[in-house]
Amino acid sequence: MRMRYSWLRYRLFCVYRGHEIRPYYMLNYYSMNNSTSPRVRKLARERIPSGCSIAGIMDVNGVVIPGSEIVGLIEVMHDRSNGLGGGFAGYGIYPRHANDYCFHLMYDYSEAKQQTENAMEKCFEIVGEEEIPTTPVKEVVKRPILWRYFLRICPETRERYYEMSDDDIVMMVVMEINEFIEGAFVVSSGKNMGVFKGVGYPEQIARFYRVEEYGAHIWIAHGRFPTNTPGWWGGAHPFGLLDWAMVHNGEISSYGTNKRYLEEFGYRLMLQTDSEAILYLFDLLARRHGLPLDIACAALAPPLWERIAEMTPHEKNFYRTLRIVYGSAMINGPSALILAHPRGMVGLTDRIKLRPLIAAVAGSRRFLASEECAIRAVCPEPERVWSPAAGEPTVFTMEQG
Amino acid sequence: MKSFIQPEFQIVRDDDRCIHCEVCVRQCAFESHSYDPSDGKVSTDNLRCVGCQRCATLCPTQALVVKEHPREYRGNAYWTPRTIEEIYKQAETGGLLLSGMGSDMPHKLYWDNLLLDASQVTNPSIDPLREPMELKTFLGRKPRAARLSRRGPAVALETVLAPQLELEVPILFSAMSYGAISYNTCLALAGAARECSILYNTGEGGLHKDLYRFGKNTIVQVASGRFGVHKDYLEAGAAIEIKIGQGAKPGIGGHLPGEKVDQAISETRMIPEGTDALSPAPHHDIYSIEDLAQLIAALKETTRYRKPIIVKVAAVHNVAAIASGMVRAGADIIAIDGFRGGTGAAPTRIRDNVGLPIALALAAVDSRLRQEGIRNEASIIAGGGIRNSADVVKAIALGADAVYIATAALIAMGCHMCQRCYTGKCNWGIATQDPYLVKRLNPEIATRRLANLIRAWSLEIKELLGGMGANAIESLRGNRLRLRGIGLSKEELDILGVKPAGESL
Ligand code: SF4
Ligand code: SF4
Repeated sequence: MRMRYSWLRYRLFCVYRGHEIRPYYMLNYYSMNNSTSPRVRKLARERIPSGCSIAGIMDVNGVVIPGSEIVGLIEVMHDRSNGLGGGFAGYGIYPRHANDYCFHLMYDYSEAKQQTENAMEKCFEIVGEEEIPTTPVKEVVKRPILWRYFLRICPETRERYYEMSDDDIVMMVVMEINEFIEGAFVVSSGKNMGVFKGVGYPEQIARFYRVEEYGAHIWIAHGRFPTNTPGWWGGAHPFGLLDWAMVHNGEISSYGTNKRYLEEFGYRLMLQTDSEAILYLFDLLARRHGLPLDIACAALAPPLWERIAEMTPHEKNFYRTLRIVYGSAMINGPSALILAHPRGMVGLTDRIKLRPLIAAVAGSRRFLASEECAIRAVCPEPERVWSPAAGEPTVFTMEQG
Repeated sequence: MKSFIQPEFQIVRDDDRCIHCEVCVRQCAFESHSYDPSDGKVSTDNLRCVGCQRCATLCPTQALVVKEHPREYRGNAYWTPRTIEEIYKQAETGGLLLSGMGSDMPHKLYWDNLLLDASQVTNPSIDPLREPMELKTFLGRKPRAARLSRRGPAVALETVLAPQLELEVPILFSAMSYGAISYNTCLALAGAARECSILYNTGEGGLHKDLYRFGKNTIVQVASGRFGVHKDYLEAGAAIEIKIGQGAKPGIGGHLPGEKVDQAISETRMIPEGTDALSPAPHHDIYSIEDLAQLIAALKETTRYRKPIIVKVAAVHNVAAIASGMVRAGADIIAIDGFRGGTGAAPTRIRDNVGLPIALALAAVDSRLRQEGIRNEASIIAGGGIRNSADVVKAIALGADAVYIATAALIAMGCHMCQRCYTGKCNWGIATQDPYLVKRLNPEIATRRLANLIRAWSLEIKELLGGMGANAIESLRGNRLRLRGIGLSKEELDILGVKPAGESL
């Protein structure tokens, strides 16, 4: 076990230091300072609290939204981030591969790429692969190798893991790559979706990844303001796992409780970020336990007991049970988040709304953002703009196909 | 035989202040004070004094000071006065040494070596005076997931929860039996439990018929002696506790001397008046884990699966594996009683040398149950030396669902920790059945004092919780990242699962 972690520590260490991708140098460094070095250990373990901007936009009729709109939303909130992280997730961006799992990968160097591809080939058929297209942007530096793959699960894999669903198999592979392959990180792993993120202001990251060239029916975005050691590309938002992508503004005080709870279900929290824990909580409750998203939200940000006491006996039993079963999944502390999935997005704040979130409706467009000005920058006259109540999920779902 | 034992305490009377009112003479059940009518003076016998401070507290003119007797043997860091006098006592009586209350040895105080976290800037602290702060706690078996079914657009809940104990504050009064403590003390505990919406525990002495009305706030205990156990008793409480062991005397049974078994106790315990009540060391129907499973099943069957079953064990070296076995045997709640846990009477050597500090035992049990993926199947109550609200918060952060307190509750009612509970002469009216002494504890006042204590602690828990930026106790449970160890070895930190002070998140 100790050995496994040491690889990760090393990898995190390199990226924390913002090293250029020079395998030789790093390997020497590694042999000189093996993983028992307290500094390596400390850097790798440190958790990074952060403040941020978040935004999401979708079209309930599935009309394709150009990437420029989400960039328009997030760049208005420039001052909420500090240039140390930005990112986007789009749904419906790969219509030609709609039924294949798409992995977005970050590699620190080419050996990692080879190893990861070997690992993927054990379980998947790689039906397409390419470098993720980028444009040089002066401010975006120290970029990793960025690659995407379209994958199908081989029939033999299904036989070998007969007790697991396709998603479980994919999740297993993702966790294995992230944990064991040094210098490789799976950024997203869903179908017909992808995450584009890095170190820089969100508008710079958008230019770098040429986000305007994609069209999606759902977009979410994030601008980061980490209050600790800066910039690892993988640590930027959104976080992606399977079909989920999530952006989060906050720092949760319940992290230790949530982490140990998730570990009981086999999740390995390698990044030590709150947001990773929240994403896994959604995966556990909504995908594995099969709770509808609004109910999963009610488990993560449950009503106060005094409110439960006022409910009808039927509701009371429902929320009481939910809260008793999922006490350790409660997200406590300042949080506002947007969770996206292929059929919609959900906005949620903590139970006393210590971080902002605004929602708006305009025709078939739905918006969520940290600030109203962001929404109005793209859509000056929405039909309805409101501030969702503390802890109450704002659920937007596709109306068709 | 001339006794070599010198007094432990010195009673100093200020003759200028003493008005010879004889309050001290009447208050001291150990008969340290006496009044001589021939010279109208009160005199004292230091040898009889146990240092309970009753006389000094009640003296109307504050004429008395009871202080430790210097007994200056030649200085010796190894053969201390305590060691020497214990040998004298045994040489003079040939008996094993007895003590009341928990161990007073200077072993490491783990609670004091743990520090809590607080929020600053990036994560605001929450002010409990302005924001809701929830301490409500449910104890009992929980399913791994909630199951829902869809009926059209609506969802319905399929999960039916196993019976749960609902507490307003994650604190319960630990087991103290009627017999070891007085009726008034039981009544005060029951009353305070009701007032605070928590629970108290009958201990192994049965339930006095007048206390059945507190059933909702009662845990009834089934111990090896099975005193007072019958169907109505099992039905009377909100939960049933099987007591396997106790932190103050792991591996040892109990003994209530016949003199204490008066008519009411004999009725409650269902034993003849004046006979000794002996609790065997093991349950005579539990010789292995499957026997425990049978007893749990029998109790559940008897009470038609409406009450959670608690199994209480002393913290011993292998407690993590034992706890896992208990959960698999069907326990809904496990109670772990640490080395500092109190008792009415324990052999001193056992009390001071057997067991584990609760912090270590609790951390080991919580980690083990999580590793095995069965933490949700049982709640954990940690007890045995919880002294204040910070201990409660630290215990919950280590992984407890709630804590048991008993010594702190007795102190709230007036106990002065003289450790002489086994004499039956408790001057504070707590650990006694002497009607003259029992009267000293006014149940209404004692209820008030207990309720005040719980209220005070819950305010402090809310402050600590809010300071950490959480507004519900669930978010603290098992949250060892909010703890740091100070002055602890690497091994201790590993067992506790906490980082050393100074290391960041
Ligand atoms: S035993 Fe208590 S009441 Fe008696 S003399 Fe000592 S301190 Fe006073
Ligand atoms: S309960 Fe009574 S006898 Fe026991 S330690 Fe407290 S004051 Fe002394």
